Amino acid sequence: MIEFANFYLIPGILLGSIYALGAIGITLTFGILRFANFAHGESMTLGAYISFTLVQMTGLHPLMVMPISMVLTIVVLLFIDRYFYRPFRKSHAIMLVMASFGMMLMIRSVIQFFWGVQVKTILPGIQMPIVFFDTLRLSPKHIMIIISAIVLMLAVHFLLSRTKIGKAMRAMADSPELARLTGIDTEHVIRTTWVVGGALGVASGVFLAIDTHVETMMGFNLLLPMFASAILGGIGRPYGAMAGGLIIGLTEELSSYPWIGTEPLLNPGYKAGIAFIIMVGMLIWRPTGLFKGKV
Amino acid sequence: MEQFYGYFLYLISLATMGGIYAILTLGLNIQWGFTGLFNVGIAGFFAIGAYVSAILTTAPSIRHLGGYQMPYAVSFIAAMLVSACIAWAVGKVCLRLRTDYLAIATIGIAEIFRLILKNETWATNGPRGVSMIPKPFETLPEPWNQLCFLALVILTVFVIYLALEVAHKSPWGRVMTAIRENEIAAKAAGKNVERFRMQGFIFGCMLMALAGAYTAHYLKFIDPNATEPLTTTFLVWVMLIVGGSANNRGAVLGAFAMWTVWSASEILASRLPDELAIRTAYIRIFLIGFVLQIFLQKYPKGFLSETRPHPRAARTPGYSEPE
Repeated sequence: MIEFANFYLIPGILLGSIYALGAIGITLTFGILRFANFAHGESMTLGAYISFTLVQMTGLHPLMVMPISMVLTIVVLLFIDRYFYRPFRKSHAIMLVMASFGMMLMIRSVIQFFWGVQVKTILPGIQMPIVFFDTLRLSPKHIMIIISAIVLMLAVHFLLSRTKIGKAMRAMADSPELARLTGIDTEHVIRTTWVVGGALGVASGVFLAIDTHVETMMGFNLLLPMFASAILGGIGRPYGAMAGGLIIGLTEELSSYPWIGTEPLLNPGYKAGIAFIIMVGMLIWRPTGLFKGKV
Repeated sequence: MEQFYGYFLYLISLATMGGIYAILTLGLNIQWGFTGLFNVGIAGFFAIGAYVSAILTTAPSIRHLGGYQMPYAVSFIAAMLVSACIAWAVGKVCLRLRTDYLAIATIGIAEIFRLILKNETWATNGPRGVSMIPKPFETLPEPWNQLCFLALVILTVFVIYLALEVAHKSPWGRVMTAIRENEIAAKAAGKNVERFRMQGFIFGCMLMALAGAYTAHYLKFIDPNATEPLTTTFLVWVMLIVGGSANNRGAVLGAFAMWTVWSASEILASRLPDELAIRTAYIRIFLIGFVLQIFLQKYPKGFLSETRPHPRAARTPGYSEPE
């Protein structure tokens, strides 16, 4: 039982919170800018690499330099939005999907050009896990990631429910036309969306880097689970994305637990396919997601 | 003389791969150009075709499923049929939803195939891939074997091109254009939008599988990374957008032109010192991406813009062909 918690449940929650943070950005751009942003994973990779360089330069802890890499990544995202996405605001959403698909490869090739493709570690050294109640083992970095993720999600909740711009964002996700009619500055809302989505994306990228390592495909590998989380939670529903991320992260890790007999229920090589199966299931049975999002 | 012969062989291989890309681009043209479907899993359907055809034709091997030694005609058709079945399943789930979902689902299905190809080692030999795939005409002396293969590819491109030209002008093609331009109006005119979209998606995926099968036989080897999956998909998209979507001639032109640029830049890059050569690979992808962005924003019609099919004057009395 304790093995279940140490090797399946805790990694599941960890992975789930990383997915959840990334999926909030996906669902916000999907809801407010109305397109599936394929480049979102790459902004996470970029944030992780910028943090890596900052850690190398300053010797500080990744979490200390994270705000700076958030700011730098957001500047890049706003630049991209201004020159590559904004020209398509009035055209069909599929043009934006295509532009973001091209952007995904462009950002990645820039990262590969400057940093190379070797795998890097952001937090060197092995940390001894802290043992609770004699058996429950938690590594300090995992505790740190889970607590930071909870703080960030509470911050998103506060932003969306208590601030004016948060309400404007929700209004625009519900109905862009009505939002415009009520005098909401849509361009301002769009910029805020990039800021919020970018900051959370960088956080999720850095957490993944702390948990595993920094590599150029890390963001792309998260893309499918994040889309699945956003669809599972309902497009345009940030709370849905959080729940969806946790569910998908947990399911992926729990799927290789030996539920029946002694063999893993699912070959761990197929772990990455879980998100896709859940997504297809949702698209068939309930495209609006658990929290009644958009189709 | 020796040197010229080398250039000659290089030109043949350039044209062969260009032709294979032209098949892929024509397949995408049915989906995106005619029907307006956004498929970013091209590499997935390409891989299905490659593996099905490879497994059906190879000699028995202990490393992977095989030993059927079917004729090429059977394996090509099988590759297309398997791809069609999978396309049907994907289409059934996604075609009734917004186009974005098809994009997400197709990129997902391409990733799933990669997982299957890597994990099911009994059938595919996992990451080490299937080798010793027979190649049509390989018993002929050099350079005739290469030339015959090239002829096969070019002939296929030509036949597909002619078929698509006829299809584009036929009532079927006009319904496709109508659906792409105004789905609601097409529905109001009594057209079964979902069925037409499904047909477009399946036909496109079949052509992609055929291109995959050709590649497997051409290279005589296939593995899950034979062609870097996203780059393949992306390159085909750029070919279609640059050449001109919804224009079959544009698709073929874009495929050959972009493949020449891509392949020539690879050769130029390989002349550079090692460290730089690796890095220029990333610059190439970046520049191709930039070309796509410029075309999307400034020249969305591509080199050759769409020629709209017009109904024949003879079929509607008193109606003259608009010029």
